Amino acid sequence: MNEYKPVANSINPNRKRRKIIGASVYCIFLISTLVGIVGLGVLIFDVLDKGIPWLNWQFLTDYPSRKPEEAGLYSALIGTIWLMFMTALLTVPIGVGAAIYLEEYAPRNLLTKAIEINVSNLAGVPSIVYGLLGMALFVYYLGSSEQFLGRTLLAGALTLALLVLPIVIMASREAIRAVPDSYRQGAYAMGADKWQVIKGVVLPSALPGILTGTILAMSRAIGEAAPVIAISALVYMTFIPAHPMERFTVLPIQIYNWVARPQEEFRGLAAAGIIVLLAILLTMNAIAVVLRNKYQTRSEE
Amino acid sequence: MGNSTVFNIRGLNVYYGDFLAVKDVDMDIKKESVTALIGPSGCGKSTYLRCLNRMNDLIIGASVKGQVSFENRNIYDSNVDATEVRSRIGMVFQKPNPFPKSIYRNIAFGLKVNGFTGDMDEAVEKSLKQAALWDEVKDRLNDSAFTLSGGQQQRLCIARALAIQPEVILMDEPASALDPIATLAIEDLVRELKANYTIVIVTHNMQQAARVSDETAFFMVDEDRSGYLVEHDDTQKIFTNPTNQRTEEYITGRFS
Amino acid sequence: MAQILDSRRKFWIRVEGSIVKWLFMACASVSILTTIGILVTLLYQGYGFFNEVSPWEFLTGTRWTPILKPRSYGVLPLVSGTLLVTVIAAMVALPVGLMTAIFLSEYAADNVRRIIKPILEILAGIPTVVYGYFALTFVTPLLQNIFNDLLVFNALSAGIVMGVMIIPMVSSLSEDAMISVPRNLREAAYALGATRYEVSLRVVVPAALSGIIAAFIIAISRAIGETMLVTIAAGATPRMALNPLEGVQTMTAYIVQLSLGEAPVGSLEYNTIFAVGLVLFCMTLLMNLLGFWIVRRFREAY
Repeated sequence: MNEYKPVANSINPNRKRRKIIGASVYCIFLISTLVGIVGLGVLIFDVLDKGIPWLNWQFLTDYPSRKPEEAGLYSALIGTIWLMFMTALLTVPIGVGAAIYLEEYAPRNLLTKAIEINVSNLAGVPSIVYGLLGMALFVYYLGSSEQFLGRTLLAGALTLALLVLPIVIMASREAIRAVPDSYRQGAYAMGADKWQVIKGVVLPSALPGILTGTILAMSRAIGEAAPVIAISALVYMTFIPAHPMERFTVLPIQIYNWVARPQEEFRGLAAAGIIVLLAILLTMNAIAVVLRNKYQTRSEE
Repeated sequence: MGNSTVFNIRGLNVYYGDFLAVKDVDMDIKKESVTALIGPSGCGKSTYLRCLNRMNDLIIGASVKGQVSFENRNIYDSNVDATEVRSRIGMVFQKPNPFPKSIYRNIAFGLKVNGFTGDMDEAVEKSLKQAALWDEVKDRLNDSAFTLSGGQQQRLCIARALAIQPEVILMDEPASALDPIATLAIEDLVRELKANYTIVIVTHNMQQAARVSDETAFFMVDEDRSGYLVEHDDTQKIFTNPTNQRTEEYITGRFS
Repeated sequence: MAQILDSRRKFWIRVEGSIVKWLFMACASVSILTTIGILVTLLYQGYGFFNEVSPWEFLTGTRWTPILKPRSYGVLPLVSGTLLVTVIAAMVALPVGLMTAIFLSEYAADNVRRIIKPILEILAGIPTVVYGYFALTFVTPLLQNIFNDLLVFNALSAGIVMGVMIIPMVSSLSEDAMISVPRNLREAAYALGATRYEVSLRVVVPAALSGIIAAFIIAISRAIGETMLVTIAAGATPRMALNPLEGVQTMTAYIVQLSLGEAPVGSLEYNTIFAVGLVLFCMTLLMNLLGFWIVRRFREAY
């Protein structure tokens, strides 16, 4: 091609070098992206490799034992299910209520803004700090000498409910915000008042989004060990809790319990426990994804 | 002037996926002159403009068929580097888009990227002078480009394009986001720049095309929503005595 | 008659409406009450601690032996343990997360992004106890092949695995910041003959810098508060040493260790965990506030 104009004499675009740099930079970015994916792959492979030999029906239905070959996670599994439903029961009404207030009622003032900042800050508080709150408030203050609350399922559920509340609030707000204003206006035009509009129009349309957010929040809750450990401690459970005022253990704590022992066999049990925990989490996430996709395609029609 | 051409475009078709956006364009563009592309919205004139420096490469699903020869070489040949094409064929966009950097660094960016080794201060000053912006900004070169008015930002974008000494400058409705006074400043600038640069300018505004351009190309959209070239001639002729009846109807405002 | 019924019905609808409004307001106030609860708990129990141990001794002491005699209550070993693990995690997660974000936002085609992002979401959703297991039983033995004097409990493998754990957080927050950089800035740079990496590194990253820094800060704050991973893999030896091949104890791991030990309520040992929790809470809160502030303050007005 032709020469550059005079002033451009001092331009040396060096295209070959830039092409090489570009290709190397691309490789580095690609490799970086693969770090997380490969890490996940290795982790899952390692867990399957060590855990599958220990995974059988007996493992799911036996209580923990000092003998590895007889040990199971029945009490932890039931504890996790108990805890999950109780946490959902406590946190969903409050979370959705708070979201409705913030989206539909709250005046745009300083207090509202403070609540909003507070919610996003709470989401960043380390989970062990919630454990401290739960331990001091629910276990000891409200449950002195284990008469009332103590180290019970209810105390654990209350603690986890506070922990996941910000997540439920934020997800519900998003779902409510996604309801088109035309729906609301349509209902107002028929003479409905605010609460009727929310009850009849806003909540039904936002429900799938709220449900998705709730499932994701619950999957966060059942993976948490730190705050629950502060409530339940490392209890050796050879029975399953029959009501919310009993002691309990959960899968992550049982896994921690096994990991913390030096013997190889218990590590295998831990891996098997992890497989169970991950299977539950993946199922919940899959349900959430299916719900979200179904909901999205419907709203596009 | 008038005898040599910079671009020879033959059989140009542009697709977005399966959709044919621009159909069968043949056009020669003269060196050191101003060519205006006019036509109703959706007629593919901006899409066409973006083919001339391979900006359409960046749009996912866009593909270009046909030949765009720039100084006798097809810029879509496989051995042509798109970044080289773009550094020799500059572009100014509809909305002023300075980088969130200082005025000085906005100009210096293209120079640095292209391996400029000379006196940076001098090059910045020269480009700003060419874009008639120097007097307004010489005391605040380190201020953010966002502190400038819209018209000043657009002239900064022109200066930024000029800094790397392209042979051609493509302008995609450069004044459509500006007020009338800023628009006139841009038009004055375009007329000045054609002494040294070939300019292709897309415009919605027919008066603007008549004021600044030497040649005008009129695009239309057919029933399949594909854009095509109706007529390309001296601006004077297009606006006074067009060959095609559709051109005349458009020029006289019978449709838009 | 119909008229009367109608107005009566309307009255009850209005009563119901105002009742639920107050109910919802009460729900929203739960979040405020939670914050107050956390603050009161930490301050009240911490007050009990600081009655017996001076804050100065606590904040500047370099020995942490609250259970063993001679007792000493200097929190710095726990802080330095936390920071050591955090720094290692940041050295992994910040560059890798940022480059992942650049790849996803500037290079990857739509279908590639649709595959990679859910995988990263899974990575983010794995319980931390699983990462602890992975660090202790897989990464540590692997690293022992390289570093002969690597102890079973060490800061290095906990830090590396924690780094992998927070990659998704860094990458998704940074990617959000980069995606919101308008397209026309990228076009301006391409039109000047810049290559893709020049556009990414010289235009997009600087334009998204505030969001990226906020992502870094928020991710680091997450690392500081992370608990089970370090409890399992980093050990329980509070020490000031900066050697990553040895074990350390983080603030969070100490809290877990003590809450397992059934310390008598109201005792000095029991109160230490609230004092440590207070330090932890303040550190993470400050970082989160800083992160949000940067996002708000430096949000680019394109």
